[in-house]
Formats: sequence, C-alpha cells, structure tokens
Amino acid sequence: MSTRLSSGGRLIDTSKQISFRFNGKHMTGYAGDSLASALLANDQMLVGRSFKYHRPRGVVASGSEEPNGLVNLGQGGQFEPNQRITTTEVFDGLAATSQNHWPSLDFDVGVINNSLARFLPAGFYYKMFIHPRPFWKHVYEPIIRYSAGLGKAPKDTDDSTYEHIYSFYDVVVVGGGVAGLQAAKTAGDTGARVLLVEQASNWGGRAPVDGGEIAGKPVDNFVDQTLTALKKMDNVTLRTRWMAAGIYDHGYLIGYERINDHDPSDTKPRHRLWRIRAGRIITATGAIERPISFAGNDIPGVILASALRDYVINFGVSVGDRTVIVTNNDDAYRTAITLKNAGLEVPLVIDARPYGGGALADEARALGIRVETGKAIAKVHGSKRVQSVSICAQAGEGAVLEEVSCDCVAMSGGWSPVVHLWSHCGGKLLWDDREILFRPDVHKPPLDEVGTPFVYVAGAASGCFGLDELLKDATAQAVAATGSKKTPKSPNASPRAEAQIQAVWMMPQGAGIKLRSKAWLDFQNDVKVSDVQLAAQEGFESVEHAKRYTTLGMATDQGKLSNINGLATLAGALNADIPQIGTTTFRPPYTPISMGSIAGAARGEIFQPIRKTPMQSWHEEQGAYMEPVGQWRRPYCFPRSGENHDQAVIREINQTRNSLGLLDASTLGKILVSGPDAGKFMDMLYTNMMSTLKVGKCRYGLMCSENGFLSDDGVVARIDEQTFLCHTTTGGADRIHAHMEEWLQTEWWDWKVYTANLTEQYAQVAVVGPNARKVLEKLGGMDLSKDALGFMEWADGKIGEFEARVYRISFSGELSYEIAVPASQGLAFWNALLDAGEEFGVMPYGTEALHVMRAEKGFIMIGDETDGTVIPQDLGLHWAISKKKTDFLGKRAQERTHMTDPDRWQLVGLETIDGSVLPDGAYAAGTGENANGQMNTLGRVTSTYYSPTLKRGIAMGLVHNGPSRMGETIEFAKVDGSRVPVKIVDQVFYDKDGEKQNV
Amino acid sequence: MSNSISQTNASFEGYVTVSDDAPMGMMTLRGDLGSKPFITALTKSVSTDLPSACQITHDEQMSICWMSPDELLILTPYDQVAGLQAGLQKALGKKHFLLADVSDARVSFTLSGDKVREVIAKLAPVDLAPGHFAPGVFRRTRFGQISAAFWMQSETEARVICFRSVAEFMFNQLSAAARPGSEVDLWS
Repeated sequence: MSTRLSSGGRLIDTSKQISFRFNGKHMTGYAGDSLASALLANDQMLVGRSFKYHRPRGVVASGSEEPNGLVNLGQGGQFEPNQRITTTEVFDGLAATSQNHWPSLDFDVGVINNSLARFLPAGFYYKMFIHPRPFWKHVYEPIIRYSAGLGKAPKDTDDSTYEHIYSFYDVVVVGGGVAGLQAAKTAGDTGARVLLVEQASNWGGRAPVDGGEIAGKPVDNFVDQTLTALKKMDNVTLRTRWMAAGIYDHGYLIGYERINDHDPSDTKPRHRLWRIRAGRIITATGAIERPISFAGNDIPGVILASALRDYVINFGVSVGDRTVIVTNNDDAYRTAITLKNAGLEVPLVIDARPYGGGALADEARALGIRVETGKAIAKVHGSKRVQSVSICAQAGEGAVLEEVSCDCVAMSGGWSPVVHLWSHCGGKLLWDDREILFRPDVHKPPLDEVGTPFVYVAGAASGCFGLDELLKDATAQAVAATGSKKTPKSPNASPRAEAQIQAVWMMPQGAGIKLRSKAWLDFQNDVKVSDVQLAAQEGFESVEHAKRYTTLGMATDQGKLSNINGLATLAGALNADIPQIGTTTFRPPYTPISMGSIAGAARGEIFQPIRKTPMQSWHEEQGAYMEPVGQWRRPYCFPRSGENHDQAVIREINQTRNSLGLLDASTLGKILVSGPDAGKFMDMLYTNMMSTLKVGKCRYGLMCSENGFLSDDGVVARIDEQTFLCHTTTGGADRIHAHMEEWLQTEWWDWKVYTANLTEQYAQVAVVGPNARKVLEKLGGMDLSKDALGFMEWADGKIGEFEARVYRISFSGELSYEIAVPASQGLAFWNALLDAGEEFGVMPYGTEALHVMRAEKGFIMIGDETDGTVIPQDLGLHWAISKKKTDFLGKRAQERTHMTDPDRWQLVGLETIDGSVLPDGAYAAGTGENANGQMNTLGRVTSTYYSPTLKRGIAMGLVHNGPSRMGETIEFAKVDGSRVPVKIVDQVFYDKDGEKQNV
Repeated sequence: MSNSISQTNASFEGYVTVSDDAPMGMMTLRGDLGSKPFITALTKSVSTDLPSACQITHDEQMSICWMSPDELLILTPYDQVAGLQAGLQKALGKKHFLLADVSDARVSFTLSGDKVREVIAKLAPVDLAPGHFAPGVFRRTRFGQISAAFWMQSETEARVICFRSVAEFMFNQLSAAARPGSEVDLWS
C-alpha cells in the first residue's frame, strides 16, 4: 500500500495539515503536497480509468507528463475537468472526482471493453462503424459520443477572472532547474533583461532529488545561493507556476501563469497569459523518463523510477513496501538507493543490460540490494494493484525464471529531453544512438528574421546529463545567447559516472503476442505494443498515420511518455531506423492551458468593444431595442409599453411622415478630404462628378471597388474650394477611410490630398417631417427657410445655443435637416429638440423606420440592395455614373462584358397582388429546372417591408429584364412551397416628384 | 461649453487610479513634416517644440504628439481650440495642410499610481519596463481590442487617448486591469 513515511518530504510542511475530498471521501495532506502525493499518502492508488478499455489506472509520473491522474476539480463556477493531479497543489477544501467511469471508480461497467480488447484492436472504430453508411450518423456516433470523453464539461459560468500581460526581455530562460538557474545567472550577469520561469512552485528541478554536489556542497545550496543572487539583480525577473506554453516566430513566447490555482479563495486572477517578445530564449526544460514496455506495465503500482524517488524525497510518500526496480540504465539505481535508505524493501533490481550498471549499481549492491543483469519482467501480476512480477531473460521470449512478490514496480527506460519548445518554431532533432534519445540539433535551431538562432537549449533538455556537464553547457548556452565576449567559469560539480544505456523497446525482447498485447505504450488512450505493430502491418507506415490510426499520443498528455516508445516500436515493426521514422510534430501548448487564460479579461462588459453615440444613454433609458451595426448598437425602434416592435415602427413612421421625428445619425461616417488635388481625388473615388460641386452644396455619390462593385454611398458636402466632407454608411466609415488612405499612399502618393476621419467629432441628428423647420425655428438661430437653405445645401450657424452645421438632405422623402453639433453637446442638443418638439408630438425613430421610409422612397441601402456582386448599373443608378470622366475606380471593370450583359438582374419595385409582405431574400420563380433539378429563378427580393404609409407590403428586388417588364406579374416562391404573385412596379412608391422634401 | 459632457465622467480607485479627464482641446494637423517651410511656419505659431518621431513635447499651453510622418495631434485647453485653429490657419496660409478640431472625437484618461506601467502592459503590446518607455515617448497602439494612444506624464502617471464611442469600454477595461488583487508586481 502507499503511505506517508515518517521522515523525508523536502517540499511539504508537516505542521500545516490540509483537508480535501476525493470522490466525496475526506482525506488529509500537508501544505506543499501535490494532489498525487496527497492521494498516495492516503493509500489512494487507483486514480482513474483508461479511455478505451476502462482499465484501472494509478499514478505513473510526478510531473506534467502524467497520463493517468486526471480529475474533475472544483465545483460550480470553479469546476474544471481533466486536471492533472501531479501538477495540482492541494489546498484546504479542494474537491476532486475521478473521471471516465460509471457507476464508480472501483466498479466500472465500461471495463467490459477490457474483456473485449481482443475485438477492439487499433483501427477498430474505422473498420466497424463505416457500414452501413447511415448508421454512423444515427446510431454509432450518438452512442460513441455518449460513452467518450474523460472529464465532464463544466455546466456553470466560470467565476474566476483572467488577464493577459505583454512583456519584453532580452533573454527568457525556461526551466528553473540547475541548468536554468545557471543560464539565467550567466545571462543576468551580462546586464541583459532576463526572465527566468519555472512551471512548478519550487526551484531547483530534479537535481536536489537526484543528488550530487556542486562546488563541494549539496545541490540545494547551489539553488539557494543562485536564487538569492538572482533576486538581487534588477534586470532579472523570476516567476514560478509559470509554464512556457509555446514559442512562435519573432521571439514570441506564450507563458501560462497559474496564480491562484493553489489558493482559489483569494481575489487574484486565476491565470495570467503572458505574451512575450524575447530576443533570445533558452529552454532548460529538462528530460522526462520513459516507461518500459512489458506485460502489465499499466497496473496501478507500476511507476516511473524517478517519480517514485520524487514522492519519497519531496513528499515523504512511498508507493509500496516492496519495490522491484526494472531498468536499462543507471539512473534507476538512484531510486533503489533512495528506497533502501528510507527503510523500504527493494527485493530486486532487474537490469536488462547484460553488462549491468556502473558506480551507482555498485553502491546499490553495497547496500545489500540484489541485482540481476540481462533479465527482464515477463509479466506483472495483479489487477487494481501490483502483486508480483515474473522474471525472465531479456534476450528470450518470456519463459519465467522466478516470481517475486512486490507491491510496487519502478521502471526506467531511459530519458527523453523535453524538446517541445525547441521544436515549436522549427528547431530540428537528432537521434543520439549512444544515449538512446532525440535531442535538439544545435546546428539547426529555430531562426529569427535575420537567420540567426533565437532559441538555445541547455542541460538535460539538450541531452546533457551529469551536474558538471550541464552546468558548463548552461553557461556556454547563456554566453552564446547573449553574445557575451566573456566566458565566466561555471562551478565544478559531480561529473556523470554511468554505464551506457541499452535500448529496450520490448521486454523481453522476443515477447509473443500475448505479452505484447498487455504491454502498454499509451496509458491514457490504451495503445499497446501490439496495436502499433498492427498499424505497421496494415500499411500505416508514416508515424503521423500510425499515430492517428492507433491514437498513440493523442490523449491529453500528448504522448509525453508514449511517443518515443511508440515510434521505436513502429521502427522495429518496419525494420527501419528510429531517425528514419522521425517524431510526430510538437505543437503548442506544452500542456493544455485554460480557455479562460486565452480569453483573458475579455468577458462581460469588456468582451467586445461596443461603440456608443453621445445620445446612447438616452436611448437605453427609453428602453430602445438595439441592433448591432458594425460595432455600434443603434436603436432599431423605441417601443412604448404594450407595443411590439412592429407597432413601434409603424407609430414612428406615421409620426415622422405626419409631423416630426428625430433620428440619431451620429454613427454615419464623416471623412474630411482636403487639398489642392481633392477634387481630382473625389472624382476618382466616386462614380459621379464631384469636382464640379459648388461650395455650400451637397451631392449624393456612389463609391465602387476597383472591380466595379458598389461599395458605399452617401452625401458629399463641399466645404470650401479645397475641402469636401464625405458621409459614408455607418459600417463603412473606417473601411472607406482606409480605402482612401490606401489609394493616396500607394497609388496617388504625389497628389496633394489629406484625409481625416471626423466621424466621432460630431453628434448628428436628423430632424425629419413636415414640422422639421418649425421646431428648428422655434429653437432660433440661423435662417433655415427654403430660400436661405435649399434642398441639398448646407450651412454653418447657430441653432439655439448650439454651434451647428446643417445639411438639408433627406433619406426619408420628408422635409429633413441633418444637424451636426460637437459630440460633447450631442445629448444636450437632442434634449433641446425633444423639448421644442413636444408640441409636434416629436418622437425618436430607429433604424427600422429609417429603412422602411427609404424603401418607400425607393432609395437603395448598401448591404440590402448590394452584396458585393452588384454594380450601380444593376440598380438603375446610371444617373450617378459620370460619362464625362475619363476614369474613376471601377470604371474599367464596369465596361467588361459580364458587367454590361443585358441579362444582369436589375432593380425594380415589387408589389404583392394581395398586399402581403414578401419574405426577405425570396426568389422569383422562372420556368423549368436547372441542371441540378432546382427551380430556375429570374430574380430575388433585396428589401421588403410593411409600409404604414401605403398600408401594404412593398419590396425592391433584382429581376431579369426588370425595368422593361413594368406592370407584369411574376411569382415569388415562399419557403412553404407556395407562390406569391407580384407586380413589377417603379421602386419609388412614395412622392416620386419629391414635393414633400422640397418645401 | 455648458452643454458639454465627457463621455463617461467616471473614476475608479484600483491599485492604480483610473479617471476620465475633463474635455481637452485636440487638433489634427496633417502636413509634410519633412518640409522646411512648413516646419518653419508651424514652429512660429506654436509655443512648444515640435516632436520628433514617436515623441510628445509639452509646455504650459499645449502638447504636441507625433502621430505619423505627416500628422501631429495638438493638445490644448478645450476653450483655446478656436483661437489656435485660426492662428494656425493664418500661419500656414496657402501651404498644403489639413487642420481639424477633433476635441470631441476623442477622450482622455489619466492613470496614476506606482504601478501604472504594469496596468498599461496588461492591455497594450508595448515595452513598458522602466527606462524603456520614458516620459516624452508617445505611442499609437491598441488597448485590448481598441485603438489608443498614450504617453507617460511622469513615472507614476500616464495619459491615454481613445475614440469617444469606446470611452466606456476603455474605462471598463482599464478598471479591470487595475483591479486590486491583480497586481503583477513586475517592476517593484
């Protein structure tokens, strides 16, 4: 059984007891425990079930490589699935539940898959669920979706906060172990701005556990001294609980800081995402121990040798009383020695190498530990816990020589450098035949924008083991990264003294199918040696194909333990060399990061910017129903109590047509174009002639893209000889300003024209209706009579106490003034109009009333009548396209054959015979069917409304030969299959001669 | 002026204080900043020195911000815009330029406190380490999802300008970044 030892535990504080719950059961641990160590201390060996066969799973590692220990953590708004117990720090009140089982962890119905494992080999899903075809969608997929998945999806809104921060450094050192500390110190000594980060909560990495001496003293001394020195340096920043998640081009590095996961009770943000530009990055990310593939290597109690050492030394926790150690290298002997010194039994060290180990093996033997060389584990016995192991010869097929009873098996298959960050941005790897590992090829590093290396790698991450060796390596890498001329001396430390590792990819070497199909590669996804061999046999020879076919390395641990063993197995099956097979692609993030950290602060009211006009607060107080227009929210209508939106729109229109309405038009784009060449520029931008516009006058104009398509429209006012003010659509303001600047900066850079986007300088109010002039005259000020300010003219002056620019333009067909005042006075001006207009029953109207009134007048709307494929000629706007001008944007395109094709659909008005409102976007039915058996069409609706003025449905649409078919009746198809007869009419439904607006 | 209101008129006491400034006079001036006659004419009509690229200059009456190679933003008290505008129009005469009052198009905020730099670093992709964004530097950038410009008035005070329509969004995100408990302690 696993338990807390009476001594040891360098990271825990036994004076601070912590209580927590696992599957509802109360347990205790100590401050400094990981959830994994705390569970083990409570003899909770079984921590989850595997994904496919639901086999019992125990803790196998001690860090972020852990594939088995995943739990649902927290409750309510702090619930999060798939949290790794080895990297979760315990805190008072922590509540975790295990995953992927039903009804309970101890008794799981899904384990039936385990008995059926023979029938569920690699690729089973692909082979089984493809026939009959319809079954996938209706039968298989729903069932598989129901039974799949590890943790539960959160149900409540996340109640934590998150944020981002931008930061800049000359050098970022990733990894706070001995190599990282030394690299940071060396880099910091050059005066460079350095960030040193460590994903765990403590500094020093593995070295304090693994032992050895630096400058004649224990490693802890070096860690403490270096930290003290670094903390004194103003140019060095140190952060723990901080994981470098990914490295990207131009030294961009994403860091994931877990601020209060270990203490969710405080008010700090939960996670912070660091967005860093680093000049140089040194990855000192260490190495991960590999499991060995032998039958039963997934039974709870089988654990990595280094992890077992971590639990004993760091947390004072043992996994079993009798531990058999199996290895192909010297490092595992450290575990044997550690266990023995902690008073635990090590009945046997099984060393697969015929030649055995070096100095460490001798030390173990001297402690009285039995060592067998050239041997292997034939099989581990037990189901939810290890009971014993059968021993055989590594060179054989598994004939059992003896059985040793034990409750823990510690395995070491060698070490794999953590090369993920190195690889994210293009660093290449080398297969090291001697050390049996992939390590970074320092001659092919990630390169920056000028082709020089920007990622360096130090220590075990570079395949450099031994304290003395890695300290020298870290120093050299930091010198190289900083470009320092001086090479400081690194402290002397214990050199590496180990016998050579031997590659062991299957144990025993000649294991038959029975053993191979119980030898796990991927513990989380249940991929076994036999599965990878089957994939190879079935032709999935590329490592990327074999990965996807078997799901090897596709679990949430992304194959940190399984990838190298898996591809070595694949290489073996294909009789190829490991480097020929290569690795799968390492992609960020290194381990999963929270969705919240990616979103950062962007939630609630700051999820997305919402642009507000100066009168927005008034609209909101009135309970206006808002609609998004670009990033603005504009009032769609202002419903009164008891009114629905349709009724509100009708009331607003009737009031405006009969008396007086107000529209907040502040969102319309207002772009100033000025300079000696402004007229020339305007003539290029607009399809019609703008240079001839007289000062004081307004003109409606169209803008097209260079491909001829109608892009934006609006009224242009000539301010002075050199200056025009261009009104654009609400959504078009920024786009059209950018469009103007692009042409000025790239094509007509020698034209003397400047532009400025003044959209937000002004609050603009449309004062509309027969009483518009009266209300303005009531406020007093400038002369707004018909003679003083005619239709399509503008003037500056005062209205009441407000400095105003008044445009006499109309988008509704009524007498209308659009009045711009400084934005800061917008609300006051609006209120003044409401007060003065009271006697006329003044009402604000929204965008829907605006739309209906313009449709009654037959005015087009960008985005309704246009969709990026429509040219002005389609809309009967020939009058706004200059024939005199030699050029304008879109002119040449509009002369192309497809654009001049008489068969292009053209704009007309549409009147239903029965007076009903046509559905938006409805198509006009033609005769016959097209090649796809669909109804032929001869037109479509672009705008359709109920007109309260005409008391019937009105619409505009593009119809084949429309203008020459006036009076004809055609049919539009409805979604329910019925047809609506519609008469083709002129699109101006109301006051065609413009008598109402020109009074 | 009596009818003028600032867009948010709010302040927030976080670990850095965020406050909405009273309306400020702002003018956009576009012209050829590489042209000697233009610069000479301009220099005569403003009191303060002209800024070089990415800089801001101040004196008692005004600040001038470098916006782009052909654009300056002139800051003055709100009620002095009209006078200055007329003066500039006259001084620049027939030279090619664009001058526009943008006082109401934009709003400004003051951030003050010892950790003002790190609060900005939560929102703007700018190197704010002490010594790296000194008073005198002016930057057009983004704060979260919106366009903005800012400068350090001193080591403990920064001014931020954004468009008026997103003033509330800016205030809210600055306040969120200054929320007590979210200190990064990056440069302390």
